[in-house]
Amino acid sequence: KLQFLYFIGGKMSDQPDMDKANEVCVGPQSEKAGKADACKGCPNATLCATGAGKGEDPDLKVLTERMATIGSKVLVLSGKGGVGKSTMTKELGLMMGRMGLQVGLMDSDICGPSLPRLTGAMGEEIHTNNEGWEPVAVDDNVGLVSIQYLLDNISDAVIFRGPRKNGVIKNFMKDVAWGDLDVLLVDTPPGTSDEHLSIVSYFKQSGGCDGAVIVTTPQEVAVADVRRELNFCKKSNIKVLGIVENMSGFVCPSCKKGSDIFPPKAGAVLSAGERLAEEFGVPFFGKIPLDPALMAACERGEPLEDFVIANAKEAGKETVMPPSVLALQGVASKLLKALGKEAPKTA
Amino acid sequence: KATVSVLYCRQKMENVQHKLVVLSGKGGVGKSTVACQLAMGLAQSGKKVGLLDVDLCGPSVPKIMGVEGKDVTQGETGWVPVTTEGSGVKVMSIQFLLENEGDAVVWRGPRKDQCIKQFLKDVEWGALDVLVIDTPPGTSDEHITLCEVLRPLPNIGAVVVTSPQNVACDAVRKELSFCKKLNLPVHGIIENMSGFACPHCADCTPIFSTGGGQQLATEYTLPFLGTIPLDPRLSQSEDAGIHFTKAFPDSQTAVSINNILGKIATVV
Repeated sequence: KLQFLYFIGGKMSDQPDMDKANEVCVGPQSEKAGKADACKGCPNATLCATGAGKGEDPDLKVLTERMATIGSKVLVLSGKGGVGKSTMTKELGLMMGRMGLQVGLMDSDICGPSLPRLTGAMGEEIHTNNEGWEPVAVDDNVGLVSIQYLLDNISDAVIFRGPRKNGVIKNFMKDVAWGDLDVLLVDTPPGTSDEHLSIVSYFKQSGGCDGAVIVTTPQEVAVADVRRELNFCKKSNIKVLGIVENMSGFVCPSCKKGSDIFPPKAGAVLSAGERLAEEFGVPFFGKIPLDPALMAACERGEPLEDFVIANAKEAGKETVMPPSVLALQGVASKLLKALGKEAPKTA
Repeated sequence: KATVSVLYCRQKMENVQHKLVVLSGKGGVGKSTVACQLAMGLAQSGKKVGLLDVDLCGPSVPKIMGVEGKDVTQGETGWVPVTTEGSGVKVMSIQFLLENEGDAVVWRGPRKDQCIKQFLKDVEWGALDVLVIDTPPGTSDEHITLCEVLRPLPNIGAVVVTSPQNVACDAVRKELSFCKKLNLPVHGIIENMSGFACPHCADCTPIFSTGGGQQLATEYTLPFLGTIPLDPRLSQSEDAGIHFTKAFPDSQTAVSINNILGKIATVV
């Protein structure tokens, strides 16, 4: 399926074929495109040398049209891996969908796509129609596009260098028929590399994005990476809509006493997320505690609220929404407010 | 066909007996934690150890090793790696080359590829028993470059880290496919964040689910090297740059890490 990625959706003959590019490709936009040492033997060399990769990208028109039907575009970023970007994207996306908003989820983590598992929509396929690629419906009002849907097996590795990953992201932005969306949430891999640069660049060239939600965890090792991500946003002129501090404290289900599994800096008055928010002058969206129920909901591919309700029903108890749900609802409402949106109906 | 720079890298690596790459498809499972603990442990047992951090966007190794912000000097034949005081591990990371700690390294693949090759051929590693290599999550430029350069060399292998839950194992399966496809031998699988023992009541909660690591090992017929439970003091030690297993030898986490170390030591 993957080899057709660059051909679905339009003629590519006058553009360098990134699938055939040399491994250490400098990029068709580079000054040395087609002429660098790395270009020797590359089938695109002549095209790139004549500047085919540079100048106005003919795909830009289509990409801009696709993005024009989307109300708000939000990146979910973190410098650090494993802090809960995909979990946040899933919970916020599903919550907003339940509120009646039309939501798109774009999984731009090409090497480690998590959203199909988290939304309970593994094993689906992306179908194409006249409009383009159809996002997979993971809930009422919520559509998802992920490279996982283009792989034959779950365990298939996507062993792409940067330029090929950029090609996939471009497909997600210009070939998917997102339609009229209220919000597009873009889940990203950790770091500040090809995927991030490409997404930001394509957004910039197609009308911009509304900003980013930054996810961190409380410990210093995470803070250092997230600080870099915030600096990346600053340099790229991406508005930081808010910071979320995830895995912030744990309440033992047995004895109900609290512990910090990822302890904050010793002696710090403010938590890591609060400190970063203050340092960069950006809003703090809140702390989400470590909750085994959230982990279980993700394992089962259900929204946390549904999982909590089902559990309570099974135990014959009244549903009491745990702090994690309330915290996530808080983040969702702050995010919508930051985007200038009012939810059609409350959760 | 190998380029000149790749050949230089391999030449430099001839003085390194064993190359141990720490991988995971998933971010945040503890690759850097495992890489640093392995490096410190192997050094403590008397081996000459180098620790190379090729996570260019999120270099965590210097902080964990207690050498954050140190300077790298120019020696006669290349950069002199930073040597840790306690364990005597030679460390190299992009973090040492950043002017400000908060600077983001916003590089596309080709530049990352070049940087990694420089870390292999332009650093005065000297003669080492083991070079431990910490990697970012994924199967992209950094991983492809490492395999391209190091795979033809003798005594290279990977240790794959996962956390117990499905979403991590999904990504790790891809990493294992990557290893298979690129013929990178895998010494075994480590399951990190394997349960949390409440310090108040000692009840153990499987916060990040359970069993994923063993399942992967069975599925791929690989050695299961062990589980590492969560201990807040490990995170605190890393933030402070102190050697956790030395500071808290009685912690179940330290015991688990040392067990795994014992198994790795037989391979390198």
